[in-house]
Amino acid sequence: MADVNYEIPEIQDEIETPRLKEGASAHLGPYPAQEKHMAPLGFPAARVEDWQSKGVEKLGELLKKYRSLQVYLDICVKCGACADKCHYYLGTRDPHNMPVQRAELMRGVYRRYFTPAGKLLPGVVRAHDFDEETLKKWVTYFHQCSQCRRCSVFCPYGIDTAEISMAAREIMDSIGVGHKYTTEIVGKVHTIGNNLGIPQPALKGTLEFLEEDMLDTSGHEIRLPLDQPGAEVLLVAPSADFFSEPHIQSLMGYAKVFHQAGISFTISSYASEAANFGMFIGSFDQKRKIAARIAKQARELGVKRLVVGECGHAWRVAYSFWNTLAGPWDFLDPNYPVPQHICEFTYDLYKKGALVFDRDANDDKVVTFHDSCNVARATRMGDRPGGQMMIPRELIRATCNRFVEMDPDTIGEKTFCCGGGGGLLTDELMELRVKGAMPRVTALKRVMEDKEVNFLGLICAICKAQFSKILPIYGIPMETVGGVHQLVSNAIQLGAKRGIV
Amino acid sequence: MLTILAYAVSILFLLGFGWKIFLYARSPAPLKIPTTPAPVTRAGVIWRLFTEVALFNSLFKGDKWAWAGAMAFHGALVLVAVRHLRYFVDPLPASFHMLQIFGIVAGLVMVAGLGLLFLRRLVIDRVRYISSPADYLILLMLLGLGFSGLLMSFFLRPDIVGIKQALLGMWGSVQGLPAASSPGDVVFLAHLFLALLLFTIFPFSKLMHLGGIFFSPTRNQIDNPREERHVNPWAS
Ligand code: SF4
Ligand code: SF4
Repeated sequence: MADVNYEIPEIQDEIETPRLKEGASAHLGPYPAQEKHMAPLGFPAARVEDWQSKGVEKLGELLKKYRSLQVYLDICVKCGACADKCHYYLGTRDPHNMPVQRAELMRGVYRRYFTPAGKLLPGVVRAHDFDEETLKKWVTYFHQCSQCRRCSVFCPYGIDTAEISMAAREIMDSIGVGHKYTTEIVGKVHTIGNNLGIPQPALKGTLEFLEEDMLDTSGHEIRLPLDQPGAEVLLVAPSADFFSEPHIQSLMGYAKVFHQAGISFTISSYASEAANFGMFIGSFDQKRKIAARIAKQARELGVKRLVVGECGHAWRVAYSFWNTLAGPWDFLDPNYPVPQHICEFTYDLYKKGALVFDRDANDDKVVTFHDSCNVARATRMGDRPGGQMMIPRELIRATCNRFVEMDPDTIGEKTFCCGGGGGLLTDELMELRVKGAMPRVTALKRVMEDKEVNFLGLICAICKAQFSKILPIYGIPMETVGGVHQLVSNAIQLGAKRGIV
Repeated sequence: MLTILAYAVSILFLLGFGWKIFLYARSPAPLKIPTTPAPVTRAGVIWRLFTEVALFNSLFKGDKWAWAGAMAFHGALVLVAVRHLRYFVDPLPASFHMLQIFGIVAGLVMVAGLGLLFLRRLVIDRVRYISSPADYLILLMLLGLGFSGLLMSFFLRPDIVGIKQALLGMWGSVQGLPAASSPGDVVFLAHLFLALLLFTIFPFSKLMHLGGIFFSPTRNQIDNPREERHVNPWAS
């Protein structure tokens, strides 16, 4: 176990709903953004003078812009069905991490300024001013929501606390109260092209290195082309795929699939980022600007298809929002969905017989699969509902002999967030991340003990980074973590068959 | 007096409810955000909403006790409401007599359901924590409505014919109800006032979930963002 100054949740056999503990995670706040992070995004450099009225004004503006916000602030009946569904509540016991109570932080303000009941009888309906104390709670608890939408699955009205925390972050940004990690990253995308801030030469060097590596290990000349006009496909991967472990393993998996299928592709240095932190800070504008980079590159490089790498929230933005943000995509090949997930892409080729897998290559592994929250609850793959659960599993079954599911209450639409999503994958929130991972770790440990699972298959860059860091704290080896295309990479038979036609 | 009050409440309710629905309908949905897996066709969405409104599908997944209480209460409420038509419709269709017994059983189920929901608020620490005075008051108001109704059905039996005449007359005259003279009349008046209170606060409270659920984007949107371009009305 790692050396930490907080209590690491003890892993039980089952996920247990804890009793409340007031203020249990009140000390876990994000680092504030500074002028250099805020100004480039057009946000006030520091907290503005009249922040209270400005904040309330912004809330009023958002109520007119987002039906979700207007309806969800109005109609919660406080049944509590969502209360024990949030991994952060389960892990921290803090009552403000019950989704309904998190939302109440904004609802109280909404009632106070926008409803007759809150103006007349604030005590009865629990309305409160947008004051210093409230803002402090906003900063804290709206940064203890990974926008995973698990609460929305169980709410009788589909109330999505993610919508509320996004709005809260947007309001806070508008009064100059930002989160360093997320704003800094959005800035890097605009200046350099990706979240990690990898400049073009470094990216080029890495890709060349990986090409050599694959040549050495496989004997095949597998390419990872950069900025190549005229390629068939623009591959948009999360930038972590270029530099982090185990992400790189999946990147090599993608490359092998393209190689084996004989489909030309390119990575773009200008649009070398699938992630879109505009979503995390709740800014439509930023989401759109980041998405526009990809549309611009697709046009300039003259590609015909868009394929997105393994990344959860990126797939949400790509699948659900790109068409709105950067479409229409009428200049791309209409025979394929725009965009396509790399799992859809690979599965499709496999079904057509273009790829051959040797399952035995993964025989050292007993694999389980973690549905990433954004993929499971905010997107689809294939043409049927639920394809986002089915296709990655089919790929695993095609590439591995031994596959095991975790507790059914923790997978599919009921999956638990890894604990690091929603712009919280930052060191100052480590305690929150560790505690928030408790439900997933519980289910994982169970199958590790009962079914000898030793590999956690993932399709999200954030999940991979979070679990690589968190699992060792719970005594689970880092090597347990890997991508689905890492399994593909191991199993794919290079040169077994060529191409799709 | 009562006539004026009844008219005022009705108008307030209709305007308030209408205004809220207008507000929900008018506010734009900038992005596609259905909670997936979601239907990919309009018919599928209608079915999804039906399962939510009629069966409380998501709540069933979320909390079995809350579901049981809510189902008992809402299901019974519908029957009770239908049965109440007998006080406003003249002449009464013959089929209404068959409803009578259902209506009374429903009254009991409704109160039991409310009781369960009230108990949950008190017993489960999480639900107790999130409950505001308003949450309890609304339950108490509904319980009051249910109890006074049951009292009249079972014990006090106020002059139903007279009440019906008065109710029908209420809308047309300023005479209003006869002054309360028996315990039954007092209970009836209490029942009536609670009903008026219910309709008064309806548009301004969480009771708007009745209208709001149909506008919840996570439930009413079709999952087809790739197939059909969704346009954000304020940023196209
Ligand atoms: S499940 Fe929905 S209605 Fe119930 S408390 Fe949570 S957000 Fe409110
Ligand atoms: S969206 Fe996820 S993290 Fe946020 S409140 Fe709901 S369950 Fe918790």
